[in-house]
Amino acid sequence: MSSHHSALAHHFDSLEQQREASTFGMWVFLVTEIMFFGGLFTAYVVYRLQYQAAFAEASNSLLTWAGSVNTVVLICSSLTMAMAVRSAQVDKRKAIVVFLLLTILLGGVFLGIKAFEYYSEFKEHHYPGANFQFEGADPQHAEMFFSIYFCMTGLHALHMIIGMSLLGVLLVQSWKGRFNSQYHNPLECMGLYWHFVDIVWIFLLPLLYLFGANLHHGG
Amino acid sequence: MTAIPTNRTAIDSPTPAVTSDRELPRRNYLNAAYGLRSWLLTRDHKRIAILYLISVTTFFFLGGFFALLIRLELLTPEGDLVGPDTYNKLFTMHGIVMVFFFLIPAIPAVLGNFLVPLMIGAKDLAFPKINLGSWYVYNLGAAFTLWSIVHGGVDTGWTFYTPFSTTYSNTYVISAALGIFITGFSSIMTGLNFIVTIHRLRAPGMTWFRMPLFLWSMYATSLIMVLGTPVIAITLVMVAAERVLHLGLFDPAYGGDPILFQHLFWFYSHPAVYIMILPAMGIESELIAAFARRQVVGYKVVAFASVAIAVLGFLVWGHHMFVTGQSMYAATVFSVLSMVVAIPSAVKVFNWTATLYEGSISWSTPMLYALGFIGLFTIGGLTGVMLATLGFDVHVHDTYFIVAHFHYIMVGGTIMAYLGGMHYWWPKITGRLYPQFLSRLAALLIFVGFNLTFFPQFILGYLGMPRRYWSYPPEFQVLNVLSTAGASILGVGYVIPMCYFLWSMRYGKKAGANPWGAVGLEWETESPPPTANFDVTPVVTHGPYEYGPRPALAAKEAGVV
Amino acid sequence: MAEHIAPKKTYILVWAALMVLTLVTIGVAQLNLGPFNDVVALAVAVTKALLVILFFMHVKDSSRLTRLTVVAGFFWLAILIGITLTDYLSRPTVDKLRAVPPAGQLHLLGESRQAQPGNPNPTGRR
Repeated sequence: MSSHHSALAHHFDSLEQQREASTFGMWVFLVTEIMFFGGLFTAYVVYRLQYQAAFAEASNSLLTWAGSVNTVVLICSSLTMAMAVRSAQVDKRKAIVVFLLLTILLGGVFLGIKAFEYYSEFKEHHYPGANFQFEGADPQHAEMFFSIYFCMTGLHALHMIIGMSLLGVLLVQSWKGRFNSQYHNPLECMGLYWHFVDIVWIFLLPLLYLFGANLHHGG
Repeated sequence: MTAIPTNRTAIDSPTPAVTSDRELPRRNYLNAAYGLRSWLLTRDHKRIAILYLISVTTFFFLGGFFALLIRLELLTPEGDLVGPDTYNKLFTMHGIVMVFFFLIPAIPAVLGNFLVPLMIGAKDLAFPKINLGSWYVYNLGAAFTLWSIVHGGVDTGWTFYTPFSTTYSNTYVISAALGIFITGFSSIMTGLNFIVTIHRLRAPGMTWFRMPLFLWSMYATSLIMVLGTPVIAITLVMVAAERVLHLGLFDPAYGGDPILFQHLFWFYSHPAVYIMILPAMGIESELIAAFARRQVVGYKVVAFASVAIAVLGFLVWGHHMFVTGQSMYAATVFSVLSMVVAIPSAVKVFNWTATLYEGSISWSTPMLYALGFIGLFTIGGLTGVMLATLGFDVHVHDTYFIVAHFHYIMVGGTIMAYLGGMHYWWPKITGRLYPQFLSRLAALLIFVGFNLTFFPQFILGYLGMPRRYWSYPPEFQVLNVLSTAGASILGVGYVIPMCYFLWSMRYGKKAGANPWGAVGLEWETESPPPTANFDVTPVVTHGPYEYGPRPALAAKEAGVV
Repeated sequence: MAEHIAPKKTYILVWAALMVLTLVTIGVAQLNLGPFNDVVALAVAVTKALLVILFFMHVKDSSRLTRLTVVAGFFWLAILIGITLTDYLSRPTVDKLRAVPPAGQLHLLGESRQAQPGNPNPTGRR
């Protein structure tokens, strides 16, 4: 017999069916996100193949420490997000709140470092457009690298901001005790989204920041 | 299970007698609640389908208006009606409006939204709020595009090729691109909803192979929507970014490649044409089954062919780029794959035709559209195989041959099927019947008008008349005049159903639950259906087209024939 | 389908593995391994992604449908990038096969005499 849980929508027969549908729906959405970022990854692959040297040089001028720290930050935030969902599974309301809060804070740290990176890149005129300057052998193709860099990290940052807003909403709802072992779909789906954004960054780190690093060592 | 009537329904007799003296159901989805808010904030998939119907019909006639101006200009060889820049805007707006605001959403968002839960035995789609949201997102995107139109339009072609769209065009490219970007999300939301619904909300006993073929088509279409649309979304964002932020992503001065734009654009836009035709094929299967009164021959083959078209359709986009300067090696691979993708479509045509054999044919209006579809889609499809042939395409690329090819598929195929579907399910949607004579007349006018419009264009293209040109050499005038004449007839043909459909909503005879005597879960509930679709959740115990013994076959077996 | 609750230890271990792999990828990037730099970088990234997908996103305990969906997503990305690359990677080969001459000496088919610089009617049409 279906429990008439307040969260059960009328067109579903059971909370279980609703949970499966919403999780599956979230995965389908993440597939669209893979393809959305995919267009930019395609542009990156095509142009890097053609302008290896210019891209490597441009990549070297990025703040590798910032990209690396941000990677660590995001991985930690994925841990706290997974723990938040787990806390709901074991009915620990306060823990959900704490972990969601930590996730938001870590997201904030990420964005702060990113903002600092952008600021320093603006200061060095590495921003594509009329004021672009680059001291290197091939400034035109370096500018292409920066176009792609700003598009990809910008799109990623936008996803972070949206994610953090949604986390804020869920934080309030968790505080009010909306989620428990019976019902925590939204947290689960939020987790999927947040981990996806982490995975995008996992790829952006080597592709944008690291591949020119070995040039320093007689490459 | 309700008994399946084997005699013809009263609809088909030349002098319709009493059809149904039942009243319209007391509480159905149309009169369940009144007022604008009950419509604008509805979660009912059937009401959302009606909302979409209003939107897409509006855009259909807007796109048709641009087509009218194009054909008027092309009555004479000189450019005398409008200037060349305006002409560029006319074909661009015709393309954008028709492709993104009519052809892609129409069947999925109108008939799909209405029928998917009914055919599957569910109370609604998996995510009703997302469904409503998708309509608002559609309208938001439409608003941006309309803004472009009102402020003078876009002249890049619906294909937005770079570097014209990024660097040289002075028209409202960004707002039009943004409009399409936003509407793309509407498409994604619809597709996502259908995929989850079909996987998770099937009625008890409804296995995959007991689903009507329309559902298979909607599923395949949804796969394409979900996998392809995000790519054009990001591509248009890149175009806008290049225009506004001067990013140089497709600009050779920075090492950019305009061909990369085309790869990314066509990666979606070729599968998009399958978004346009797969739902039409789904309708076709339903119409043929209902009006030949038999199971579609090779049901499983047709079902798998739908998914095959969706998958293979992603591998062939380079055939739009044969003359752009892409690698010849890639071009030959795309050419071969483009021929392969025609196979599942051809298989479907064989199966529909085979279903007609020894069927019990009835010449209802939906059947007229269905028969028209088979012929016109075949011509469109065969010319498609001609165009897949690399050596031939390089001669007719960017000529009217291409224009004729895709209009045979999109108008002769999709729109015919859409109209056939509307005529078939109209009694279910509104509970009303429409005048048979007028509807058959309109179908005939559309068929004649369509062929007169577009067949001459095959000849024009073959003779070398380029597309997207505002003027042409005088020797092409006769064929162009024929084409414009056909377009006028076609236009009249499209207006007539609008009139009698609207008329029928007030004055049409009441339809009853199953006016066609068809088999399907949607016919087992009232017309119009109640808000919850079914009073009792149906339990499915048989396949989708169990029409019972065929009279012709029974006669053969009895030794009578 | 009962929901599988992962022990806290699993998450901590996955987190630790991700940290280690991050250090690995940063470290290896400093060395010059030629083409293997890219191979290692991608391999590490894919491993990290797999850890996140399988454990943090619970795919390890998910239905076949979910796993199919994940695979389909990445497969379609591979189609996009892969088939686009068939164009870009084969352009030098095709150019070599066709022995494309330097731009100034191009002769268009059937118009070789007309397409000379200085000819006011290069295509022969009036």
